[in-house]
Amino acid sequence: MGTIAAFDEIMGAAGKDMPRPELSALQRWLDHTPDSELRRRQQSAEATFRQLGITFAVYGESDAAERIIPFDIVPRVFLPDEWARLSEGLVQRVEAINAFLDDIYGERKILRDGILPPDLIFGNPQFRPEIAGMRPPHGVWAHICGIDLVRTGPDDFFVLEDNARTPSGVSYMLENREAMLRLCPELFRQFRVAAVDSYPDRLLATMKSVAPHGVAEPTCVVLTPGHFNSAYYEHSFLADSMGIELVEAADLVVDDDIVWMRTIAGRVKVDVIYRRVDDDFLDPLVFRPDSMLGVPGLIAAYAAGNVAILNAPGNGIADDKAIYSYMPDIVRYYSGAEPKLKNVETWRCREPAALAYVLDHLDELVVKLVDGSGGYGMLVGPTATKAQIEHFRAVLIAEPHRYIAQPTLALSTVPTLVESGVAPRHVDFRPFVLTGRNGVEVTPGGLTRVALREGSLVVNSSQGGGTKDSFVLLHPEPDSWVQVQGQQSQIQTQGVR
Amino acid sequence: MRIAIEHQIVHRPKPGRPTLVQMLRLTPENYDDQTVANWHIDVDCDARLRRGQDGFGNAVTMLYIQDAPETVTIRATGEVLTSDAHGLVRGTTETLPPALFLRATPATPADAAIAAFAEEAIHGADSSLAALHAVNAALHRRFARDAPGAATDAAAAFALEAVGACDLAHIFCVAARSLGVPARFVSGFAALHDAASATAHCWAEAYIEGLGWIGFDPSIGLSPQERHVRVAVALDAAGATAVSGEAWREVALIEAAQ
Repeated sequence: MGTIAAFDEIMGAAGKDMPRPELSALQRWLDHTPDSELRRRQQSAEATFRQLGITFAVYGESDAAERIIPFDIVPRVFLPDEWARLSEGLVQRVEAINAFLDDIYGERKILRDGILPPDLIFGNPQFRPEIAGMRPPHGVWAHICGIDLVRTGPDDFFVLEDNARTPSGVSYMLENREAMLRLCPELFRQFRVAAVDSYPDRLLATMKSVAPHGVAEPTCVVLTPGHFNSAYYEHSFLADSMGIELVEAADLVVDDDIVWMRTIAGRVKVDVIYRRVDDDFLDPLVFRPDSMLGVPGLIAAYAAGNVAILNAPGNGIADDKAIYSYMPDIVRYYSGAEPKLKNVETWRCREPAALAYVLDHLDELVVKLVDGSGGYGMLVGPTATKAQIEHFRAVLIAEPHRYIAQPTLALSTVPTLVESGVAPRHVDFRPFVLTGRNGVEVTPGGLTRVALREGSLVVNSSQGGGTKDSFVLLHPEPDSWVQVQGQQSQIQTQGVR
Repeated sequence: MRIAIEHQIVHRPKPGRPTLVQMLRLTPENYDDQTVANWHIDVDCDARLRRGQDGFGNAVTMLYIQDAPETVTIRATGEVLTSDAHGLVRGTTETLPPALFLRATPATPADAAIAAFAEEAIHGADSSLAALHAVNAALHRRFARDAPGAATDAAAAFALEAVGACDLAHIFCVAARSLGVPARFVSGFAALHDAASATAHCWAEAYIEGLGWIGFDPSIGLSPQERHVRVAVALDAAGATAVSGEAWREVALIEAAQ
């Protein structure tokens, strides 16, 4: 297995032995803090996570509920200008996703204009005919997006995946920051780090902003599939931090096209639902009839405009891997401008010429299932065995439409505490983008996932990945302001509490 | 033709589950060859009814009952005027393009045996329309039609000797789609035996470029003429069924038409 010469986010281009000037303080911190001390702090953070119950389930493992995602004590750092450019790209992309969803379930102008092949939409199970013609309150579809990015150079970010359904991981962003503030307070004296702890308030404000017309004091809830779900901790954490009810389907009842929550004090009208259940399990009258998790009548209440559902039903068509390769065209179509964020070059195996290329270059490419997630059903050519490659060759020939392929990117690295000391490890990044009635807002931080095995490019927690805190640095001058979507909002500096 | 419909559905809600939420597709709508003279949906207990539209453009009625009695009777009654258009369906509300109806579903999976049957049936047909009529007639000839209930999906039904109208409509959809023709499931009523009374029935529609949607009823081996009252369409029965809701699994459903 060859080592890939990668951009290191602290040291800069491969082969440099001096850190990037803006980040020399971080290198000094690493030099002056003994590994044993870093390890002690890391273990302390992980002990807290275990105590809190921040665990995740690995599908197919019976001891699933026991595992926590490893935490790495060395933060990843974004410089102010890097972040500003990245944010602009994210705003543009998420605006396009919302415009696309509004169009594809409405007038479908993008198909009339020949930008996308119609069978890509109509043959795709993620396009849900059951909700065609329905429009969410205020026309917002993708309220919470987690856009997965990788980086190959100082300003070279590529979108790997648009998560416009129910992206998870924001609790790690918040808990990782808590841990860093407690365990490494000196870093927050050296760097002006943008605060992330207002995320729950902003999420709640987003929810309230999309309440149905005419509701002055909306009742908002978080809908979870239940405690056996791998992200249950996050569901309860978010409900708790927002100060709203966490409910399961059985707690909700629809009557007269209005959603009600059963409480001891009687029933309470519900206006906004942040649901963390998939479309299939939303409403057994419309989607899967055997769903015990759903709320009968929920879609009727939604169609009548009496409830906002975050994210809106049907969003899967926007983050589907088959659609992904068309995202640059989609962004161009709705924004009228060149995409600020790049896509990873993608071969659609449904196209014969692309399939032929992919079959010839299996040892260089990453091959993915169009509808897969979590790093399952995936081939990483450069690190795969001959047998794995031959297996994928066979499945590709049998069902080419189910696969896409991408080049193996030299993902950036960040110093990471491993057994042998601090060493570079590959990372990706999931920022969280909120869209409400008043526009799009990028949370100044996010979830950095790190592949802990040397040379590994697979960062999924189910495949041995860990997480890191992600610092977004503010400009050195006091009282920094940030422009997002024409609105001026002050970003607080993260202080030591 | 003037068709009188009196359709009655009796539920026995499960004890301890007094709340009933159902989605009814029981309301025919006007289009070029179908005019609803009068139509009522009545429920024999304290219930709230809300009219709406589903994603396929069908008229739906949400039924909400908070404290259901031992039995709940839903009655749809009315009169519908129809005229013969040789199966052509014109002037309907369409929310989705024909291309969507090429899609397979759990009840209408792509199936090699059905595709082979369709391929054989269309031998010698000189147009898409003739081909679909040939498939429709061949399905009518192949199956006895006395099966109660419905098989799990079209592929399973195709292996049987006797099937129901719902199975036949599913099989027709799979066959048409295998020929690259968009096809959909239709639920409604039909006065097949006696012009004075219509009972619940289902059939299929296929889309032919230049002609539009055309009805095919494999139960009679012909296109619907003026004895069919069209209510709802979808990719398969699940999306067009008269009653979506708990009745599917927890409530005894007794259906009677007179």
